[in-house]
Amino acid sequence: MANSYFTEIQELPPDPLFGLKARYSKDTRTDKVDLGIGAYRDNNGKPWVLPAVQQAEAKLAKTPGYNHEYLGIAGYEPFVSSAAKIILNGDNKDVLERTVSVQTLSGTGSLHLAGLFLKKFYKGSNALYLSLPTWANHNQVFASIGFDVKSYPYWDNDTKSLDLNGFLNAIALAPPKSVFLLHACAHNPTGLDPTKEEWSKILEAMSKYDHLPLFDSAYQGFASGSLENDRFAIEAATSASSPIKSSPIIICQSFAKNCGMYGERVGALHIVLPKDLVDLKPAIKSQLNKIIRCEISNPPAYGAKVVALILEDKALYKQWTEDLQVMANRIKSMRVKLRDLLTNKYKTPGNWDHIVDQTGMFSFTGLNKDMVERLERNHGVYLVSSGRASVAGLNDSNVERVAQAIDEVVRFQSKL
Amino acid sequence: MQPRMGVRGLSASARVARWNEIPLAPPDKILGIAEAFKEDSNPKKINLGVGAYRNNEGKPIIFPSVKNAERSLLETEVEKEYTGINGSKPFQSIVQNFIFNNSNKDAAGAKLIGGNRIVTAQTISGTGSLRVIADFLVRFNSAKKIYVPKPTWANHIAVFTDAGLDAEFYAYYDNNANDLDFANLTKSLEDADPESVVLLHACCHNPTGMDLTPEQWEVVLEIIQQKKLYPLIDMAYQGFASGNPYKDIGLIRRINQLVVEGKIPSYSLCQSFAKNMGLYGERTGSISIVTESPEQSKAIDSQLKKLIRPMYSSPPIHGSKIVETIFSNPELLESWLGDLDQVVGRLNTVRDKLYQKLDKTNYNWDHLTKQRGMFVYTGLSKEQMIALREKYSVYATEDGRFSISGINDSNVDYLANAINEVVRDFK
Ligand SMILES: Cc1ncc(COP(=O)(O)O)c(C=O)c1O
Ligand SMILES: Cc1ncc(COP(=O)(O)O)c(C=O)c1O
Repeated sequence: MANSYFTEIQELPPDPLFGLKARYSKDTRTDKVDLGIGAYRDNNGKPWVLPAVQQAEAKLAKTPGYNHEYLGIAGYEPFVSSAAKIILNGDNKDVLERTVSVQTLSGTGSLHLAGLFLKKFYKGSNALYLSLPTWANHNQVFASIGFDVKSYPYWDNDTKSLDLNGFLNAIALAPPKSVFLLHACAHNPTGLDPTKEEWSKILEAMSKYDHLPLFDSAYQGFASGSLENDRFAIEAATSASSPIKSSPIIICQSFAKNCGMYGERVGALHIVLPKDLVDLKPAIKSQLNKIIRCEISNPPAYGAKVVALILEDKALYKQWTEDLQVMANRIKSMRVKLRDLLTNKYKTPGNWDHIVDQTGMFSFTGLNKDMVERLERNHGVYLVSSGRASVAGLNDSNVERVAQAIDEVVRFQSKL
Repeated sequence: MQPRMGVRGLSASARVARWNEIPLAPPDKILGIAEAFKEDSNPKKINLGVGAYRNNEGKPIIFPSVKNAERSLLETEVEKEYTGINGSKPFQSIVQNFIFNNSNKDAAGAKLIGGNRIVTAQTISGTGSLRVIADFLVRFNSAKKIYVPKPTWANHIAVFTDAGLDAEFYAYYDNNANDLDFANLTKSLEDADPESVVLLHACCHNPTGMDLTPEQWEVVLEIIQQKKLYPLIDMAYQGFASGNPYKDIGLIRRINQLVVEGKIPSYSLCQSFAKNMGLYGERTGSISIVTESPEQSKAIDSQLKKLIRPMYSSPPIHGSKIVETIFSNPELLESWLGDLDQVVGRLNTVRDKLYQKLDKTNYNWDHLTKQRGMFVYTGLSKEQMIALREKYSVYATEDGRFSISGINDSNVDYLANAINEVVRDFK
């Protein structure tokens, strides 16, 4: 008699975002709109391979010695060091010298590796704080590793602005040496970032209670169109004048969005050490390598080579900064259009200025679950149940329809 | 130098309070060899440590079929979107058809595919697939023990133990006889804890190059049924035994039959295109779980996604797009099969040449002719390997494994001579 394996195993509901994608694909309405996707779309609603990427790929293919050999465990060295310079400010030699960097499977792989490393070696608190709300996968990434995942207040739904007091309060009340995940810019899902003054208060408080900042940088260049502006918080935390002197600072970097390299899985993990821990660099690097070796052996080569070329080659780099502005500007103009349509044309009840104030790929519309459901069912407009809309999914041919649909569901619900 | 890099220097109490000890992890053996090789100034030096193919000039190659596929990708690619968590759907079905349906030659495999009894996920090459299935088994298999052959690929044990499986050896090779130790192999599997996992190399066993015959597999599969062992097959070298990937999967075909007959309920296959398509660094491979029912397939598919989503969200697309391009174009597919056959052909030619030139008066080298794949497992002792390195600048792992692809027309005489010398010196 044969045995039976895996009897306990149960089918799980699909990941909400992937489930949304599946429903959208099945929808036969020709004027359906996908505002769930976390990827950029051009004004025709099409995916966009950045010109900088196309040029880099063509150049790479012609590079003598181009091959598909294994990379080292820590990844493609030219990529790893250029990536560190772009997120940490390459002019700041002092910070670069205190940093250990390895290549990762995009931003998720970086968060996962950071979590594994901290779990193994960080002796501070096991509590890890996420903003409320945050990217859905954050919770799973750290809970699956065994962190005690908690949240800090971030978004004030009434004022549609930052709940700074709640945030600072959580920092004060957390067990000392807790890990705080901070969105470096273009907060997902709210699109709301702290101002420079607010950042400085947050970092002061982090330092006072000796917490460890873990920056998630998935949208550098996407918020303002400028790579430099968008690394403000990370520079403030890592520079010589930072209030944070004794804790390491961890940065999880993704090139998925800002290079449009989504599926290529290009990212890096940077651990910036305080001065008195710099001699631990070789040991930390060797331990990161050991973890990587046990999970994937070594990271994927192609995407890293493409991004390295863009970061190193002056002309490609210039092209990339232009591409970033194209994306950031198009998204900004869609924000303005949607707000104007709602406010001026449809006179939809409520204030819609937050759509314009928010930055990055997303807008936290403030639409509730029922409205989102009605948008999908009656209008074929798809967004996740939190009310987060991917502004990149809007374009000149659908923004009017979307505004009309939002107007209808808002009015419908106010009548109930 | 090493101790200085450890935590000896830690004194400030803040540091002690903040970190557990962070010792320097030992360097990877193969990389250590590469480093030492690089620093050696002997112009005759030979690196037999690399696990990647080199041509007769000692250079890495891109398979011509892969180059063509990449060229066409460059012209036609219009997006770099995320694939699903379990990877690209076309890639999944290509793998299923290629391996389980075996170009319509495997009726049992076809039945399993048709009955929705195979769940395939694209993974981070072979290592990533081993890791995902290890994590999965830790969660869902009743037994936490995995038996691996002694010897095996060094990273197998690291991957499995890191995931939380308890790795133990089963006998595989007799170092004195330079041959498979089949009697002890069967004995140690008969003594295995029931319902444990057993790792089987599909072909071209790494590092010994020595595979089981179909008759021997039959005996092993019988024990697997009796002891209710869970077969986990690692196939990193499909095509390297015969030159033809469709021929190298006798074990899988046979096990598919046993599954269809209800004798083995489930098994898993880790597969990699690293070696047989030369896609090493692009990290292209898959895990397939043959399940007990279509309902279970759905559940397992969802659980794999749950495992992978927090690890890395979705796998890299460049390599899988190359695979998709090749398999969707009959000419490219034909060309790839030809490329692979040539690569394997060169390895076999060099293996023969080395064999011809080795002195058989002091040592029986017949095992070389039986071994298959990218390696020869010489049986040379650690002392002999060190002598090879120090006296002759021949670099390889100290277990006596040579990566054949480092051998070519211009160094085979020098190498054979060096081996003959150390065999004589350490007789
Ligand atoms: C906030 C945030 N962090 C990290 C990621 C990770 O993305 P990836 O793994 O594709 O780089 C995302 C992607 O959506 C994100 O929104
Ligand atoms: C036996 C065996 N399994 C698996 C692998 C995994 O290789 P990769 O992760 O590059 O596909 C290797 C690579 O050397 C191997 O020899």
